Amino acid sequence: MNELAEAIPYLGRHHPKAARALVLGLILLAPVLAASVGNTWVRVLDAALLYVMLALGLNLVVGFAGLLDLGYIAFYAVGAYTWAFLASPHIGVHLPFWAVLPLGAAFAALAGVLLGFPVLRLRGDYLAIVTLGFGEIVRIFMGNLSVTNGPQGINMLDSLSLFGWEISRGLQVTENFKINALVLFYYAFLLFVVGSVVVIRRLQFSRIGRGWAAIRDDELAAKAIGINTRNMKLLAFAMGATFGGVSGGLFGSFQGFVSPESFTLLESIAVLTMVVFGGMGNLGGVIVGAIALSLLPEVLRHIALPLQQALFGKVLLDPEVLRMLLLSLAMIFMMLLRPAGLLPANARYARAEYLHDKQEAA
Amino acid sequence: MENLLQQIVNGLVVGSVYALVALGYTMVYGILGLINFAHGDVLMVGALVALQVATLLHKFWPGLHPLLILAISLGVAIPVCMLLGYVMERTAYRRLRNAPRLAPLITAIGVSFLLQTVAMIIWGRNYHSFPPLFPTIPLEPFPGVFITPVQVTILVASATLMVALIMLVNRTPLGRAMRATAENHRVASLMGVDTNKIISTTFILGSGLAAVAGVMHASNYGVAHYSMGFLPGLKAFTAAVLGGIGNLGGAMVGGIVLGLVETIGAGYIEQLSFGLLNSSYQDIFAFVILGIVLIFRPTGLLGERVSDRA
Repeated sequence: MNELAEAIPYLGRHHPKAARALVLGLILLAPVLAASVGNTWVRVLDAALLYVMLALGLNLVVGFAGLLDLGYIAFYAVGAYTWAFLASPHIGVHLPFWAVLPLGAAFAALAGVLLGFPVLRLRGDYLAIVTLGFGEIVRIFMGNLSVTNGPQGINMLDSLSLFGWEISRGLQVTENFKINALVLFYYAFLLFVVGSVVVIRRLQFSRIGRGWAAIRDDELAAKAIGINTRNMKLLAFAMGATFGGVSGGLFGSFQGFVSPESFTLLESIAVLTMVVFGGMGNLGGVIVGAIALSLLPEVLRHIALPLQQALFGKVLLDPEVLRMLLLSLAMIFMMLLRPAGLLPANARYARAEYLHDKQEAA
Repeated sequence: MENLLQQIVNGLVVGSVYALVALGYTMVYGILGLINFAHGDVLMVGALVALQVATLLHKFWPGLHPLLILAISLGVAIPVCMLLGYVMERTAYRRLRNAPRLAPLITAIGVSFLLQTVAMIIWGRNYHSFPPLFPTIPLEPFPGVFITPVQVTILVASATLMVALIMLVNRTPLGRAMRATAENHRVASLMGVDTNKIISTTFILGSGLAAVAGVMHASNYGVAHYSMGFLPGLKAFTAAVLGGIGNLGGAMVGGIVLGLVETIGAGYIEQLSFGLLNSSYQDIFAFVILGIVLIFRPTGLLGERVSDRA
C-alpha cells in the first residue's frame, strides 16, 4: 500500500500522505466509479482482482524463491474445480464457501507439493518446461475425463453466500437502492487480496521468506548455511499453489461455470507476464502489473475496435489478438529494457526496524 | 502384429520430424545454454510460409510438377525462417547473454507468443490444408502395413539432413568453431573464433532445419495452423533432453525414441490403462517422459554435459 503510494510520480515523494489517501480512495471507490461508466467495467475490475491474487501467489514462487513455474494456472484450475465439485448441482453437494475455499486451497497445495517433489533437483529453464508440462497434463485431463464433464465444463456453480444470503443476488439496502452483485464481488475479492497481501508481507520478512531469497540468489550457498532447501522449495510451491487455489475457488463462484478453456497455457503466461512486468519480488509492483495488464486489454478492446472500424471500416485485430500482442511485447521489452520490472524489488531484505538498529550500531 | 509394425512406421516418421526440431534446440542449448522456446514457432512459420507459396503456385500455375512446387516453397520457407532465427538472436537474445538466468527464458516465451500472434494476424485462426502435391495412394511394403509417399520422403530427407549436419559439425572448420564455442566462449574467441558470428550461424542453421521440419509436419498431417508449433516444439525439446541436451546424436536418437513411444503408446494406451484412458491422452507421453528423464537421468540417454546449470 505504501509502496503503491510511493510509486505515484511526484506526489509519492513530496506528499506521501496525499498519495496514500489517493491510492486508498481509488481502491475503495473504483467499483463505484466503474459502475457509473458501465457494469462491464466492474466485471473487469473483479477479474483484475482475481489476477492480482494469482500474480501475488505466483510471485511467491517466481519472485521470492526464484522457481520459474509455467504451470501455475493448474492450481487455479484445481481450486476452481474443487468449487465446482463441492458447490454445484454437478454431484449435488452444496458446501458453504468457508468449507470449500480451504479445501480448494488444500487440494491446490497438495498439487503443489506433488509437482514440487519430483522437480526439486531441477533448476531454471528445466523447471520451467516441466511445470509447463504439468499444467498441460492437468488441462488435458480436465478436458477429457468424464467426471469433469470434459470440454463442456461444469455449470451452475454456487456463488459466495453468507448465512443463506447469496452475493450474486445483490444487496437490497432500501427499496429503491440496490447494490449490484458485481460491486459486492469487488469488495469480497478486495478482502481476500488484502488478506493475501498481509500474509505474504509477513512471510516475506520471516525466516521462511529470507530462506527463499537465499535459495533464489544462490542455492548452494543457501544449503551451506543450513537452509533446508528441499523443504523450503516444497513450501514455496505449496504456498504459491494455496493462493492459486483460493483464487480459483473465487473464480468459480464469480463465473458460475468452469471449463478447461479458462486454464490454458496462455493464462499461465499472462500471470507470469504480470509478475515480470510489475517487478518480480515486489508486492506493490506485482499488484500494479496485474492490474495494468488485466485492465489494458479491456481498455484496448473499447478503444481499438471503434478506432479500427473508423479507420479501416472493419476489425483487423480482434481483442484476443490485441491481448496476446500486448502480453508478448510487454514480456520481451520489459526483459530487454527494464528487467527488474516497473517497480523493482528492494535489494535490502530485512525488516525496517532491523535495518535501523544496524545503522545505529554502525 | 501388422498393427504394431504400422505404429512403428508412423512412429519413425513422427520421430524423424521431432529429431530435426530437436537438433535446433540442442545446438542452441549447447552453445548458449538457452532453451529457445520460440523454436517450435519457427517450425510453424516455415510450414505456413511454404503452404502459402505452394497454394499460390498451385493456383496460378496448375501444371507445375509437384516436386518443383515443393522445392520452390521450401526455397522460400527456409530463407524466411533463417532470417527469422537471425533476427530473433540479434534483437532479443544477444543483449541478454549475460543477464540473470530467468531473463532469456522469459524473453523466449514472449518471442514465441509474439510469433504466434503475428501468424494469427496474417493467416487467421483457421486450419489451412496443404495442397495435395503427392499421390496419396499408400505403398504397402509388408502386407497390412502402409506408408504414404510423403512419409517416405520425410524419412529420406530427414536422414539426409541429419547426416549432413553431423558432417558439418564434425568435419568442417565452421563445425570446429561451433564446437569450440560450445566448449567455452571466451577461450574460443581468444583462439580467433568470431563467437557472435558462430552463435548467429547456429540460430540460422537450427531455424532452417525447423523450416524443413515444419513443411514435413504439415504435409504429414495435411494441415497447418498458427499454434501448430507449440506441441511439436515441446516434444522436440523433450526429445533433445531425452537424448542428452547439447548432444547432436542424442537429439536424433531422442526424437526417434519419443516418436516411437508416443505412437505405440497411443495405440495401446487403452489396453495399458484398462480402458481408463484413450488416445486423446497421446500428448501426455512427452511430458511424462520429460519428467522421468529429468528426474532420474538428467543427462539424457547419450548425455555427456552436466545439465546442472547454476
